Amino acid sequence: MDLYEYQARDLFERHGVPVLPGIVAETPSEARAAAERMGGDVVVKAQVKTNGRGKAGGIKRVASPAEAEAEAARILGMTVKGNVVKRVMVTPAAAIAEEYYFSLLLDRSTRRYLALCSVEGGMDIERLAAEHPGSLARIDIDPRVGINEAKAREIVTAARIDPEIAPAVAEAVLLLGRVYTEEEAILVEVNPLVRTEAGDVIALDGKVTLDDNARFRHPDHLDLLDPASSDPLELRAADKHLNYVKLDGQVGIIGNGAGLVMSTLDGVADAGKTRRIRPANFLDIGGGASAEVMASGLDIILADPQVRAVFVNVFGGITSCVEVARGIVGALEAMGDAASRPIVVRLDGNAVADGRRILAEAGHPLVTQVDTMDEAAARVAELAAEAS
Amino acid sequence: MTIFLDENSRIVVQGMTGGEGRKHTVRMLSAGTAVVGGVNPRKAGAAVDFDIDGRTRPLPVFGTVADAVEETGADVSVIFVPRQAAREAIIEAVDAGIGLVVIITEGIPVADVARALAHAREVGARLVGPNCPGVISPGRSNAGITPADITGPGPIGLVSRSGTLVYQMMYELRDIGFTTCVGIGGDPVIGTTHIDCLEAFERDPDTEAIVMIGEIGGDAEERAADFIRENVTKPVVGYVAGFTAPEGRTMGHAGAIVSGTSGTAEAKRAALEVAGVRVGTTPSETAALVRSIVGR
Repeated sequence: MDLYEYQARDLFERHGVPVLPGIVAETPSEARAAAERMGGDVVVKAQVKTNGRGKAGGIKRVASPAEAEAEAARILGMTVKGNVVKRVMVTPAAAIAEEYYFSLLLDRSTRRYLALCSVEGGMDIERLAAEHPGSLARIDIDPRVGINEAKAREIVTAARIDPEIAPAVAEAVLLLGRVYTEEEAILVEVNPLVRTEAGDVIALDGKVTLDDNARFRHPDHLDLLDPASSDPLELRAADKHLNYVKLDGQVGIIGNGAGLVMSTLDGVADAGKTRRIRPANFLDIGGGASAEVMASGLDIILADPQVRAVFVNVFGGITSCVEVARGIVGALEAMGDAASRPIVVRLDGNAVADGRRILAEAGHPLVTQVDTMDEAAARVAELAAEAS
Repeated sequence: MTIFLDENSRIVVQGMTGGEGRKHTVRMLSAGTAVVGGVNPRKAGAAVDFDIDGRTRPLPVFGTVADAVEETGADVSVIFVPRQAAREAIIEAVDAGIGLVVIITEGIPVADVARALAHAREVGARLVGPNCPGVISPGRSNAGITPADITGPGPIGLVSRSGTLVYQMMYELRDIGFTTCVGIGGDPVIGTTHIDCLEAFERDPDTEAIVMIGEIGGDAEERAADFIRENVTKPVVGYVAGFTAPEGRTMGHAGAIVSGTSGTAEAKRAALEVAGVRVGTTPSETAALVRSIVGR
């Protein structure tokens, strides 16, 4: 789960990382009130979970509460890379002397953690790595230890931070390491980490990605979830503990196992490319799914009005084809006459003969059984094209 | 020969007394695997009866992995314990001298896996997974949850991040068979990588061709492509899933996510092709490429 800047700021503050005050506003008048409380000279910052908000005009320094209100009115509702801005954060303007870069992340290639630090902050990390590769210190971090005091010193020394300010930067790095470990993040990035003219070190921005697998140990992280930004069908699927991602095509897809479902999406896109037929979703019913799980998966898919045909693709390992077949038959029975879109089914593996027999005996006119994945992808793409 | 696992492997199951552990222990035993016992500190000294083809097979439950190793000579562990207990279970197995630890459990926090893995590497133990179907050397041994009846032994080596694509590929090539199939798991941090498997298959005299299945997220396939170019002389056929995955969305596996322009299926396919790997566009086309190589 990615956090908004204001959520990262709160998390930093809780762990003692030096940050500026920040007030979240959802309306221009709230932004004005926040600016009044902060004395007028403030920055209004769009809250979106993507890079490039500065370039898009989503960060603005203003001199008065009235200006803050006007800028908030402009920024609220704007779109940054497809993300609509629903909140701004108002913070006091800082007198910046220097901008540094710091991040701590999960390095999937070494399967350890990696700290990155540079005296050239303020630009995005891809540009930083491309334009100032020599300035970017890369320090391997043992996941069993994390960042201790010695590591923090090693990081700021390697980044060639001015020795005068280095102890304060090392302290911030140590605390950010603690945010990473204690909150179980897989990314903590501060860009820029600044030295102010008064000589303070402040995390002026924050990007945090939390490990979803660790949420069971952090019940407070549930409060950081952002349901309003999710699709209604995705919310419904999450309610049923189904792994569903809404896409924009016409073929609803259900399968078992993430890899096989991705492969199914690719197969449908390939089979349908000349007719502009695309997958409408990703839905993985997981291993050992019951008929009920299968049926609720089908319900979700058919609730998507864009879906014109459905492809059920199962290779039963743990999952029994009997359960899948019963789930399909059950869901169609429950829908009765409301069911109108064709369903192509390809079953293989565990209990395949019985699964196919159940579907054949039910003889539902909307259900077609096809023997192979490739043929099934071609068939469902054809049906979706015919229905449009 | 096979890689990582053969008929001499003696398997202890951590979590054998739980629902999943029990179910899959039956399957492993039915496939002829030498499962020698389970571990559960609260049920030490007990035995669990398994019904294998109408005959009762009792297996002992040990209090610790160390006890199981001492009593039975176990050298492989398969872990089904809940994710809350997984890190401790892995470390316990490694410390007991288990050389191959297969972690089936899903949803283990990344930090727990990273810590356990750092420890295992120091000790020199191999972890496979987590969130994986495990390792199967068909006809010899099955450490995990892969259905053992899909196919038998043969000359192909298979490594895949996705479990169901392991099954699908075994099925596509069921008339040819496999030395070993390794499902390495879909998490961001995994114990055994594509490269580890490629290296082992390259050394295994009975593996004639290697199938490598990847998916979006990270750069493991790109690094594997570099490794193949430098170190692998055997033919490798590739498949990558996730061409249609949108940026920034996790596709079922925690590790399957395209971030910005990195981790895309397109980049992975391109890297593999540059390394001389023939890449199929569907599982069946991939299987056809393998057939053309092994001549069957």
